[in-house]
Amino acid sequence: MLRFILQRLLTGIPTLLVLVALAFFLIRAAPGGPFDSERQLPPEIEANMRRAYHLDEPLPMQFARYLGGLARGDFGPSFQYRDFTVTELIGAGFPVSLRVGALAMLLAVLVGVSVGTFAALRQNRAADHAVMAAAMTGISIPNFVMAPLLVLVVAVGLGWLPAGGYGDGGWRHLLLPVVTLALPQIAYLARLTRASMIEVLRSAYIRTARAQGLPLRTIILHHALRPALLPVVSYLGPATAAVITGSVVIEQIFGLPGIGRFFVTGALNRDYTLVMGVVVFYGTLILVFNLLVDLIYGVLDPRIRHDA
Amino acid sequence: MSLVRQDEAPRSLWQDAGAALRQNRAATVAALVLALITLSVVVLPEVLPFGYEQTDWDHIATGPSLGTGHLLGTDALGRDLLVRTLWGGRVSLLVALVATAVSLLIGVTYGAVAGYAGGRIDQVMMRIVDILYALPFMFLVILLMVLFGRNLVLIFVAIGAINWLDMARIVRGQTLSLRNREFVEAARAGGVPAARIIRRHIVPNLLGVVVVYVTLTIPHVILVESFLSFLGLGVQEPMTSWGALVNEGAQELETSWWMIVFPSAFLAVTLFCCNFLGDGLRDALDPRDRSHR
Amino acid sequence: MSAPLLDVADLNVEFATPAGPLHAVRDLGFALQPGETLGIVGESGSGKSQAMLALLGLLAANGRASGRAMFEGADLLALGETALDRVRGARIAMVFQDPMTSLNPYLTVGRQMGLVLAAHRALAGAPARRACAEMLEAVGIPEAGRRLDQFPHELSGGMRQRVMIATALLCRPALLVADEPTTALDVTVQAQILALMRDLRERFGTAVILITHDLSVVAGMADRLLVMQQGQCRETGPAAEIFAAPRDAYTRSLLAAVPRLDRPAALVPPPREVAGAPLLEAEGLRVEFAVAATRPLGRPRRLQAVAGVSFGLAPGEILGVVGESGCGKSTLGRALLRLVPVAGGRVGYLGRDLTALDSAELDPLRRDLQIVFQDPLASLDPRMTVRDIVAEPLETFEPTLDDGVCTNKVAEMLTRVGLDPSHMNRYPHQFSGGQCQRIAIARALITRPRLVVCDEAVSALDVSVRAQILRLLLELRRLLDLSLVFIGHDLAVIRQVSQRVMVMYLGRIMEMAPAETLFATPRHPYTRALLAAAPIPDPVVERARERIGLPGEPPSPLSPPSGCVFRTRCRWAVARCATEVPPLAAHGASQVACLRAAEI
Ligand code: SF4
Repeated sequence: MLRFILQRLLTGIPTLLVLVALAFFLIRAAPGGPFDSERQLPPEIEANMRRAYHLDEPLPMQFARYLGGLARGDFGPSFQYRDFTVTELIGAGFPVSLRVGALAMLLAVLVGVSVGTFAALRQNRAADHAVMAAAMTGISIPNFVMAPLLVLVVAVGLGWLPAGGYGDGGWRHLLLPVVTLALPQIAYLARLTRASMIEVLRSAYIRTARAQGLPLRTIILHHALRPALLPVVSYLGPATAAVITGSVVIEQIFGLPGIGRFFVTGALNRDYTLVMGVVVFYGTLILVFNLLVDLIYGVLDPRIRHDA
Repeated sequence: MSLVRQDEAPRSLWQDAGAALRQNRAATVAALVLALITLSVVVLPEVLPFGYEQTDWDHIATGPSLGTGHLLGTDALGRDLLVRTLWGGRVSLLVALVATAVSLLIGVTYGAVAGYAGGRIDQVMMRIVDILYALPFMFLVILLMVLFGRNLVLIFVAIGAINWLDMARIVRGQTLSLRNREFVEAARAGGVPAARIIRRHIVPNLLGVVVVYVTLTIPHVILVESFLSFLGLGVQEPMTSWGALVNEGAQELETSWWMIVFPSAFLAVTLFCCNFLGDGLRDALDPRDRSHR
Repeated sequence: MSAPLLDVADLNVEFATPAGPLHAVRDLGFALQPGETLGIVGESGSGKSQAMLALLGLLAANGRASGRAMFEGADLLALGETALDRVRGARIAMVFQDPMTSLNPYLTVGRQMGLVLAAHRALAGAPARRACAEMLEAVGIPEAGRRLDQFPHELSGGMRQRVMIATALLCRPALLVADEPTTALDVTVQAQILALMRDLRERFGTAVILITHDLSVVAGMADRLLVMQQGQCRETGPAAEIFAAPRDAYTRSLLAAVPRLDRPAALVPPPREVAGAPLLEAEGLRVEFAVAATRPLGRPRRLQAVAGVSFGLAPGEILGVVGESGCGKSTLGRALLRLVPVAGGRVGYLGRDLTALDSAELDPLRRDLQIVFQDPLASLDPRMTVRDIVAEPLETFEPTLDDGVCTNKVAEMLTRVGLDPSHMNRYPHQFSGGQCQRIAIARALITRPRLVVCDEAVSALDVSVRAQILRLLLELRRLLDLSLVFIGHDLAVIRQVSQRVMVMYLGRIMEMAPAETLFATPRHPYTRALLAAAPIPDPVVERARERIGLPGEPPSPLSPPSGCVFRTRCRWAVARCATEVPPLAAHGASQVACLRAAEI
């Protein structure tokens, strides 16, 4: 098992390097520097600033410096928010993003898996068709469409919940963002769980279990659930990536002070270090999460565990 | 259970799949609606009396009405929403088609080469895909859009470049399994040269998965493009796309509901139909399901 | 006669399919006494399995059963799920064909068994574990305690089927239904499992319903027989009577179609004495596969699938190659045609070394060397018409051939293999398994080859179809003067068609001899064990046979035993068997690879 973990860690490192390198060199290859908006700066001041930000060094040096900083958890200074480092900005936004994202994932997995299982057990009956139609709708409505529509109805129309803002971080402010973020994932997970559950229920070993006279509950819980969850578990990685991506627009729409908002404003203001910091930070997060998912998979599937 | 069907006409697997698809009412309707949307997006802007950047000074931000001639209303600049939505559709669908074609081209070539070559070459090629796969591509694309400005070609390339990974994986897996199937072995035993085996045996049998995958890639690409446009990183004013229209609508939410509702509806219905069609195609082309009958 | 344990009347099973209702079982009736063994025999599609699944409420969702099935005072077909759950697993237990897929790969053996005890006996914890371990020991599994914590994939095929049986017997059911329990197993393991079932039946007094397509399997087991065809009962009665004097025409044809290991082959002509050069010659042929390393970054291990095989094949000769799964017989067949890379040795064809040719030189020769595979449907490209499939080799070797001429040749060939040439524009999935195999044969023969390798070519077919295909192959061989390499696991089939037989074990030849010599006087201990393990479709012979079972299962080809590879299962093994590799040496008409061949 330890070897398995180590192996996965090892494969994660090249990915991370590729990610950092890609982001870094893309930015340097871009036309126009970060001080474009302040074109009136006298040349000597700009030169000073370039020196301050080490922009005068050769590229490989800058890259090495950046990598060194990363290793210490230092993403460098922000070009736009002059008084903050990128690390501070990410540190400020992360609790909000984490809270919304984690709640959305939790909601998605709980609801998605139970709804999917429910539909699988009623395969081809009315309830199943209804659930699947709803799921298809859920997949087809992007969350940046769903969010304003929900705001229009629930907040603007009915006035039940605030239309945006983080407030004290209470449920009234979190409910809409979390739900909109979770909806497409709920839909996807429900379809995935249903399909894999049906597949498992058709398998020979479930027939054996039925021939053994085990009650349905036992069959589902002890025989079927674990294999049926395997595809769900491997989807958790992409799901996390999707939720993180989605959080960028959701935070924008609901005006939540999370990382996504910094990212969008950073992107529009060409705040290179900030954008890159977020990309690297979220990239690492996703990698780590993928590693975790692999481990869970290994625990669930004895064959993987023994092969490794 | 093998039922020997004696008196019947030749039926290829494609004919079987076509019949199965026609049986699937949801998929048929979805295909029709998609055709309708495509047709109106292509034809209507040429016919309607408004241009996509033409301002009607008499009707600024008016709701849908027959009387004004603005069936879906106008935006804050007095531009006809129907025309803009249709133009947005042109952009969205164009991006979808081109980006899908890009991912198809790269993905199928890459996957087929890896799968047919096998061994070490395959391992290295797939390792690269694994590494790229783990990257947060959406963020990189955003980065790309930020850095190199917002032009359509870049959108095509960027989105196509994300999606080829999936395609490559699927095609490679399928090729690998086809390569070891007995009918390919039989062809090799029959002295059929490799190029001909690929052309006659591998490619036609790959086509099914590729078709299914393409129908599922198109909605995904539409989604990505509108996501970028929503963030203001996609196509630029005065040109528009569905995502950009939704974004404008979201800003005028409390005053002009029509500005979000109609573009959203077009976008959602298109995605919905694509997904339904893709599902139907998969069911129709899945050989496993056919053997159940 | 006491009251029957199970009394079935008017059993009908129907499936709703898109093509309309499918009547799988029609008006089936039978009775089973306590402790009795009933064999239900039929070919695929006869409804034999569906009938039993229906009784236990295990039909697929689109299946409906009607009729009456009285078991211990209740009508099984009228019971609800909950009531049925008290019967299934407790009073009636079932064992299925493929123990790999029928056991849950995600649960340990102990857990799967424990769930049964918990459901029916309310037994858990240490007492349950003890009960499971005891039962595992009863079915002949050593180190039962350790096995309980293993997963199915860590067990061998035979071991898994033992686990299935142990689980079935946990609650001491009155009736055990075994659905093709040995079909997925090798013949020596099949013999072990059948012996075990006979033994357990005695010990627990369990009644058994044995469902099978294989008449030889029921011959030694069943008291009574029920023969099914297309959902209907054709004949039922005491097994001995039916085997001795079948009354029904279908039963008669079925019995006639089953090849018998204990009778000389009726199908093949005696081998011609041939002088001169052999058609095909293998010398020290080796094939290796790379197996993924167990450790990350470790070196991949080499698996020797064929480990130094030498033989010659005369023009027009039929060589049978037999052995258990994993013995390398299929790989050998493919290596002869260079469909897999050869790691060492040579294959001579009419004096040319095939292993030394590049593909440009080899391809023209492929015209002479063809192959027919096991799975008829899988070996035909599903997206091509039958005409195109059969014509493909022809078009490859004679690219200038006119389309019409080509079509005529295809039509002629299809007629030869017994198909209607007017069907040539259909697709493979529109034909039955036997018809597909005829198409595959037509494709192999259209270029008039000199040698055809038949790799388990009839194994996937029903007995009656199998007999037809064998006859067809032999007839074509005579007409076209072919040599055949006939690869198979079924000794009776091999005996029927071969002039010479090669017995393989772990990639090596154990014995090679003219067919009649080999079957009359087997000399290698492995050959003897194989012959002893193969059941014979005759209850009288079967019951009178001395049973010398072959213990265990073949070791992994990744780590073959030193010296004689068979020594781990050999009764006659002595110390030097572990150090000396026995050469293939002549003993009378046979060639045997055994150090003690002269003594035993
Ligand atoms: S060489 Fe020894 S172990 Fe091998 S078969 Fe002969 S007696 Fe048995």
